[in-house]
Amino acid sequence: MIHSHGLRYHYPDGPTLAFADVAVPQGGVLLVSGPSGCGKSTWLALVAALMAPAAGTLVVAEQPLAALRGASADAWRARSIGFLPQALHLSAALSVQRNLALAQWAAGQAQDDGAITRALQALGVAELAQRRPAQLSGGQAQRVALARAVLMRPRVILADEPTASLDDEAAAAAVTLLLHTAQAQVATLAIATHDARVAALLAPQLPSQTSLQALRLLRSSL
Amino acid sequence: MTTLSLAWRYLWSRPLGAALNLLLLSLGLASITFLLLLGHQLQRAFERDLAGIDLVVGAKGSPLQLILSGVLHLDVPTGNVPLQAVQALEQNPLVASVIPISLGDSFRGFRIVGTSHAYPAHYQASLAQGKLWQAPMQAVLGASAARALALQVGSSFVGSHGLGAGGHTHGDLPYAVTGILAPTGSVLDRLILTDTASVWKVHESATALDADDQKILEQERELTLALVRYRSPLAAVSLPRFVNSSTEMQAAAPALEISRLLRMLGVGTEVLQALAGVLLLTAALSVFLALWSAVRERRADLALLRMLGAPPRRVAALLLSEALWLGVLAAVLGVALGQGLLALLGQLLALDQSLLIGGLVWPPELGWVPALALGVSLAAALLPTLGAYRVSVQELLQPR
Repeated sequence: MIHSHGLRYHYPDGPTLAFADVAVPQGGVLLVSGPSGCGKSTWLALVAALMAPAAGTLVVAEQPLAALRGASADAWRARSIGFLPQALHLSAALSVQRNLALAQWAAGQAQDDGAITRALQALGVAELAQRRPAQLSGGQAQRVALARAVLMRPRVILADEPTASLDDEAAAAAVTLLLHTAQAQVATLAIATHDARVAALLAPQLPSQTSLQALRLLRSSL
Repeated sequence: MTTLSLAWRYLWSRPLGAALNLLLLSLGLASITFLLLLGHQLQRAFERDLAGIDLVVGAKGSPLQLILSGVLHLDVPTGNVPLQAVQALEQNPLVASVIPISLGDSFRGFRIVGTSHAYPAHYQASLAQGKLWQAPMQAVLGASAARALALQVGSSFVGSHGLGAGGHTHGDLPYAVTGILAPTGSVLDRLILTDTASVWKVHESATALDADDQKILEQERELTLALVRYRSPLAAVSLPRFVNSSTEMQAAAPALEISRLLRMLGVGTEVLQALAGVLLLTAALSVFLALWSAVRERRADLALLRMLGAPPRRVAALLLSEALWLGVLAAVLGVALGQGLLALLGQLLALDQSLLIGGLVWPPELGWVPALALGVSLAAALLPTLGAYRVSVQELLQPR
């Protein structure tokens, strides 16, 4: 779940950003849309407890983020947030298997090969475990990055522009995969995008009891 | 995956750069190891050979030459002194004991030293085989000399005139080997010891024309030099001055002369040390550059680690571990290379037959090398690590 109320962020050397309130239940889907530069990244960083808001309250996965500081925020993020970055950022120096192990290392946990294999299997890329990221196709790389995001079984999955630079067919596959993965884990899914196709792709796929929530950010809110 | 194993993978993800940095660091450390070992070996050699010898008395000339020739057996002697003069010195109340040394002949490059039983006793030498000489023309070999010359107890050999190989031989008077010393690690190992009288005998019989002439020669018997021990430390004040001013002989204090020699050599070693230092500094800069660019190249990777929940100190530790690996590897390689270099030099110059102890030695000063390796690599990593510590996750989220 993600609940925000009166959320504002003040840039150190710039304007103040005010975000509309959201109330996404656990397992819900939130679409954060708007043109680039409207504060989508800032909103994601606030929800991931990477930055502190200037005002307002934010409760993510039952955790009031104001109570988190420094290392405890990092530990909470490792447990509760799965992140799919736009550029995927698989480490070229490491195999697919070790790229996933990186998430366990970052969380300060011992390497659990069983969990890695299960996460890769769930996304149908278990046979690529020993490959390097350079040897993956775009779709494969996205599946691996998603496997890394859900490895720690997070309550909330944040996806940043998952369909950028994808053609219609690939974009549809990416959105479907993201949605199914989140639903399988009953994780709350927040997708930040400026791509109008995503809303159209999501709506028909949602189960009846889940509603698509939208947070529309505009440049004017700057 | 531990931080160390992850750092290892990141380090070798750029194999060429890592190898070059490793090589640079290792070369700097190897030169420092080499200099340390060489200095240690020389120091040990001097200490061990000079121990317990308070004063060397011999013919007038360079005092340093007297020490080098008479104690370390490296240089040629300054000349000879009359036996009677040495005997008179022995009666001096300030003198506790005198070891006579007579030089002049050699066998295939190994010096034949005419002396007394007090000489091997001074270096606490024990016999590996046979016994000490009991009569003139019997010889006892040092361990290295025996090995190099392939002589055994019971063999005989003929000395040749002069201290280098190639002098004319004293063919009619062969030496019989009666004993071989156990290795002492001292100058004795590369000497052939015999009675002082052997040296006289060889040269008198070579030059005496008849029995009368022999008598005259016996009157004029000489020694090359004498190793003197003081009865009390007070002797150091007056005895050298007494010898230098009231006799035809010269007195030189080994401790004084060797510290003078080391001071002269010191300039050379300091230059070499400075060069090694420059090499190490270059290596440090190169490591710094490599890590700095690693942080720049991997900003996104590092930011992702933060996004995945790694606290800043764990991200910084990752980079520091990379430097740590470089330092550890370079320390091992550098010490191995330095030891190898010294062993090679020792073998090429046959230094273990003259001065060096040879073989691997691990002086405690060598502990500085790994300390230096870690210090240099960690210092070079400091700024990049700070960069990694401060890496902002924002970079990951900004559209490119």
